[in-house]
Amino acid sequence: MHTLVYDGTFEGLLTAVFEIYERKLYPVKLLKGEWRNSALFEEVIPVVTDETRAGRVLKGLRKKLSAAGVQRLYISHMAEIAGEDCNVLGFIRHAFDSEQNIEEDYANRYVMRLSEILKMVRREKHRMEAFVRFQKLNDGTFYAAIEPDFNVLPLLIKHFKSRYADQKWMIYDIKRNYGLYYDLHDTQFIEMNFDELNRPADVIAAYSEDEGIYQNLWKNYFNSVNIVSRKNTKLHVRHIPKRYWRHLTEKI
Amino acid sequence: MNVDRITEKLNILADAAKYDVSCASSGSNRKNKDKGLGNASNGICHSYTEDGRCVSLLKILLTNHCIFDCAYCVSRKNNDIKRAAFTVQEVVDLTINFYRRNYIEGLFLSSGIFKDADYTMERLVRVAKKLRTEHNFNGYIHLKSIPGASEELMREAGLYADRLSVNLEMPTEAGLKLLAPDKNRQDMIDPMQFLKKEIIQNTEEKKLFKNTPMFAPAGQSTQMIVGATRESDQQVLQSANYFYKNFNLKRVYYSGYVPVLADQRLPALNTAVPLVRENRLYQADWLMRFYGFHVNEIVNNQNPLLDLDIDPKLSWAIRNMQVFPIDINRADLQLILRVPGIGLLSAQKIVAARKFAGLGWEQLKKIGVAINRAKYFITCKSNEFERRDLTGQNIKQFIMAQSQSKYIKNTQTQLNLF
Repeated sequence: MHTLVYDGTFEGLLTAVFEIYERKLYPVKLLKGEWRNSALFEEVIPVVTDETRAGRVLKGLRKKLSAAGVQRLYISHMAEIAGEDCNVLGFIRHAFDSEQNIEEDYANRYVMRLSEILKMVRREKHRMEAFVRFQKLNDGTFYAAIEPDFNVLPLLIKHFKSRYADQKWMIYDIKRNYGLYYDLHDTQFIEMNFDELNRPADVIAAYSEDEGIYQNLWKNYFNSVNIVSRKNTKLHVRHIPKRYWRHLTEKI
Repeated sequence: MNVDRITEKLNILADAAKYDVSCASSGSNRKNKDKGLGNASNGICHSYTEDGRCVSLLKILLTNHCIFDCAYCVSRKNNDIKRAAFTVQEVVDLTINFYRRNYIEGLFLSSGIFKDADYTMERLVRVAKKLRTEHNFNGYIHLKSIPGASEELMREAGLYADRLSVNLEMPTEAGLKLLAPDKNRQDMIDPMQFLKKEIIQNTEEKKLFKNTPMFAPAGQSTQMIVGATRESDQQVLQSANYFYKNFNLKRVYYSGYVPVLADQRLPALNTAVPLVRENRLYQADWLMRFYGFHVNEIVNNQNPLLDLDIDPKLSWAIRNMQVFPIDINRADLQLILRVPGIGLLSAQKIVAARKFAGLGWEQLKKIGVAINRAKYFITCKSNEFERRDLTGQNIKQFIMAQSQSKYIKNTQTQLNLF
């Protein structure tokens, strides 16, 4: 068993694939992280991300997969789901080792697993599109905090940019500590230092005057549309799992 | 802004609108225009109420004042409740401010009838017009078309709304006569007919002229109340089928009657909401729209009622055992879709995956097939398959015995009481 350690980027992953094929490494285990931390493992091979090598692998993948297939592979990796790198790697190897395009070979465990990962990521993305709750700040910016299970913020750009084109907004992933900011023209990724800003009084003072009013109206609306004689808590929680509640205005 | 008054109005008029079950915000293709606010190109459920229903649109009545006296409706003229009415501007402000905070996909505006149909419809249209033209709002708008409103107003409504709907209220004309003597079924069919004609015409024009304005891009839908009158499922589904076929409806909604009023023509106030029946009707509806079933295969003169214990697809399968078993590695997609335990996506995956290699039980399970149901109806690349010559009734018992259905659990706990 060979253990490869790479830097966690997609290019790094592709470089690892290059190494595996060039040095005929098999069986292999792929780990994310800095290689000096992994000194405990025997025979750890550090992968130094190399754009040329990654580019060659990507070119090869494009021949084996459709454009959408490459995109799906990229998204599955970017989601950063723990322990899935070996499955992503398995998918890539299956793609290279087959004559035909294997994207729909669902009987293969790697293809099936990738389709499951993608389903989970898409669901999380869709949930974020639904559960983001903006709060209007004094300067007119609409701010929302999220804590998605997977890294889906980059997947949200298109949706929110084409929807809220006439307001400044920011969506901040407080779990991964980075956010997305739209300044009426373009979006950019930002990192904020919350330590100084985090005093509750400051946060409340930053809200616009009518923010509280609309939050209350929304809560009222949410309660009014419930039909008590149809109460179905199980279904309710299945649709909005409790871990999302603390960012949902109507459930706070 | 008088916050208390607005809050009170919102409570009253949201409460009155909640029995309309239509919730869809999909099916439109309205894009964000000139860097304005919103788009309506994807259906998103932003929240779910404690009864498990989705909250997608700000669903309110413009007013719950009404000149009609329909027995099943909370807003009926003779019901002693608080009445309220929004101004056009109030609805516009609520919509915009909720939308900007990502609470909603758009607005679903309905209304009680004050004065007459045209007067009411004109107000609804004015809200939509203001949102579209003054605020460059491109979110989803669903307007009720008020039966009896003039064609001019209906046409204008179509220019601003994504979806329009007229509620049939009762599955049959007789049911409507009984509970809503002031209403006339023809008045509901006329606007549907008119909208269908306009939508088709608009599609034709769009082919010729690219900048033809949109007209109700998400089409029209309707709703029937189920369980308030004595219609059979056969009548309900045939009625739905008739409207799907003849009026190009996008959706028919079935609303299990919630007893809100005491009236000798209606089920008593303590009657349970027919949740299971409603669920079975939706399943049947899906079979008609996505699974290639004809309405008569689901309900017919021998089987006028849907089986409440099992879903309509399984129910059909055990009545038609001569079709099975089918070979999952050879059968057409259309036939695979008819196997209980195999959904639309699984069926498509099966057809794609079997090109690479024959599929066995393990693979089918991974693809998402409910093997415990499907195993009685299929063979695959495996020596194991159902060899016993089971009758439909046997299969039903086997499946129900191991079923985890919430409905069956309910009946079991009830039985345990004795």
